[in-house]
Amino acid sequence: MEYFAELFLGGLTRGSIYALIALGYTMVYGIIGLINFAHGEIYMIGAFTALIVASVLTLQGWNHIAILVIASIVAVIYSSAYGYTAEKLAYKPLRRAPRLSALISAIGLSLFLQNYVLLAQTSDFLPFPSLIPEFKFNEPYEHIISSSEIVILTATTIVMVVLTFLIKFTKIGKAMRATAQDRNMAMLLGVDVDKVISITFIIGSATAALGGVLIASHIGQINFYIGFIAGIKAFVAAVLGGIGSIPGAVLGSLVLGWTESFFTGYVSSDYEDVFAFLFLVFILIFRPAGLLGRSETEKV
Amino acid sequence: MKPFQEIKKSFLVSAWFMFLTFPIMVIRVNTVENMVEWRWKNMLLIGVGSFFLSFVWRYLIKRRDVGKKKIGIGKTQKTPLIQRIIKERRILVPTLILVSVFALVFPFIFSLYQTNIMITGLIYVMLGLGLNIVVGLAGLLDLGYVAFYAVGAYVYALLNHHFGLGFWAVLPIGAGVGAFFGILLGFPVLRLRGDYLAIVTLGFGEIIRLILENWNEFSFGPSGIANISRPSFFGIDFSVHNATIYIYYIMIGLVLFTIFVVNRLQDSRIGRAWIALREDEVACQAMGIDKRATKLTAFALGATWAGMAGVIFAAKTTFINPACFTIWESIIILCIVVLGGMGSIIGVIVGSLVLILLPEYLRAFSEYRMLIFGSVLVLMMVFRPGGIISDVRRTYHFEGLEKQ
Repeated sequence: MEYFAELFLGGLTRGSIYALIALGYTMVYGIIGLINFAHGEIYMIGAFTALIVASVLTLQGWNHIAILVIASIVAVIYSSAYGYTAEKLAYKPLRRAPRLSALISAIGLSLFLQNYVLLAQTSDFLPFPSLIPEFKFNEPYEHIISSSEIVILTATTIVMVVLTFLIKFTKIGKAMRATAQDRNMAMLLGVDVDKVISITFIIGSATAALGGVLIASHIGQINFYIGFIAGIKAFVAAVLGGIGSIPGAVLGSLVLGWTESFFTGYVSSDYEDVFAFLFLVFILIFRPAGLLGRSETEKV
Repeated sequence: MKPFQEIKKSFLVSAWFMFLTFPIMVIRVNTVENMVEWRWKNMLLIGVGSFFLSFVWRYLIKRRDVGKKKIGIGKTQKTPLIQRIIKERRILVPTLILVSVFALVFPFIFSLYQTNIMITGLIYVMLGLGLNIVVGLAGLLDLGYVAFYAVGAYVYALLNHHFGLGFWAVLPIGAGVGAFFGILLGFPVLRLRGDYLAIVTLGFGEIIRLILENWNEFSFGPSGIANISRPSFFGIDFSVHNATIYIYYIMIGLVLFTIFVVNRLQDSRIGRAWIALREDEVACQAMGIDKRATKLTAFALGATWAGMAGVIFAAKTTFINPACFTIWESIIILCIVVLGGMGSIIGVIVGSLVLILLPEYLRAFSEYRMLIFGSVLVLMMVFRPGGIISDVRRTYHFEGLEKQ
């Protein structure tokens, strides 16, 4: 039972990190219908920025919690800035182009950002300072759930609540939903669509950066390639849940996290990714639009 | 706009980029010696560089938009220069002769190294033409194309290793197994469209690679298979040098064969069905085209070429392992198709030669080549979304109407 609980919580943690990244995918997809291939790279840049800030501050001998907070804030700011700039340069000029062109542009951007970090920093794995403190109250349960996992789960929950609030109840959230439903109609009704798209990119990048910081301090090392794998996994999660739907992205991420965690724990760790992909194919055969996605009938 | 405003704008852009690249370009932390390295020179370079580049960017964007408007107003669109050249027999025939003579004598003029690069280029021409069937003609976005390539390569490597089968015996087998896997992938994804299809095919590619990596008893795992025999000529084995030249000619032959088949396919009933499917699925079904069969043939035929290309790849390198078949390969092949011009055969050929040969010759800047590659992809899509040589749709021209 304890082993089960450990796997369950491990899967939950994994899933919530996927969710933080998948949100960016699904929000961007919902609004402009683009698979933002470079999203994983934004996450990686967030983790790298946090690493740099944290290392510099550690050398100055700052307090760990202060470093964690400052590094996260700087990472979020920078990732948002990168997301915003990426949208302006690589996607906005392609707003009316065929979807494949935008996808290729995203792939090019992803390649560019990866190599930019590789050249400016290093190709080696860098150790990420463990910033999350060990909690006293958690000592008896340490073998089931680690302190960093508690922090990740709490942070993710807060982000989800804030995001839900933002989308459901604020004016910009309403504008985002309107743009997602029908861009031209939203434009006619006075929604500044360009601004909405920029804000979507900024929010998506910010949550991805937060995910980057949390997972990096949980695992303890990063390199320039982490974004790609995490990006693919998060994309799978977003599709699993039904791309374009925000609750779907969260559900898909959790399902994917649990699937991987239980499969690794009970069967084998070699075929973990194979199983994750097979699971995706299996789900899509029965629900071609994902778990929560609504399959739209095409109007002629 | 006034020059002052332009300068101010560029100045802001440059300040923004200096801010943006600050942590990654300027600071480098050495975690072993606990030292922080500040590289202010990079910041200066970024500032000055982005200042000037922003002028160029805005100029190009403006020119692009003006060009678009012209088309919108209804001025006749010029046929692209290259398309006109292709139509002009007087230029086409000598060019074709020149190209074929060049291709024939290539291995004798250039070194073995160059020939090897050219073989790689030609393998990608074949892969590009194969993927062009799936993506360019049938409009099915396939991100796992490399899986079939891997299947072909492993079919040859394993049959050669266990049963000692030769290249020529395995070539059709590789093609057949490739097609089989194409159908295997095709069945579950028949109902999916667009991006769901993309992610499932991507997953399929990864599944194949991961199985090859982990199933040690079957595929020898990450260490791969070595000592695959090169093709022989009626039982005669060549030296390394001659074998390379031999493979080069095989490749030329196969590429010609591919071009011939794809060209014939395009104009056939099934080719037109693919194009109809790409344009509009619903309308296509309403016209009585069997969607299932059309999609499956597209997958199967696309995979056939990848299987063959895989066999040749294994024969050329004599060593393969799963790391040769990562998702980046799929992406590069997709980029070949899109950059070259979707649906256009000449475009795909030019695209693959540019994309494969250019990085090889850019080895002088080897550190930066992937960076350049990435930015070229973005720039191409922004400024020339149709690809280098875009496919021209067959249209009827009403001569009389224009004169009125």
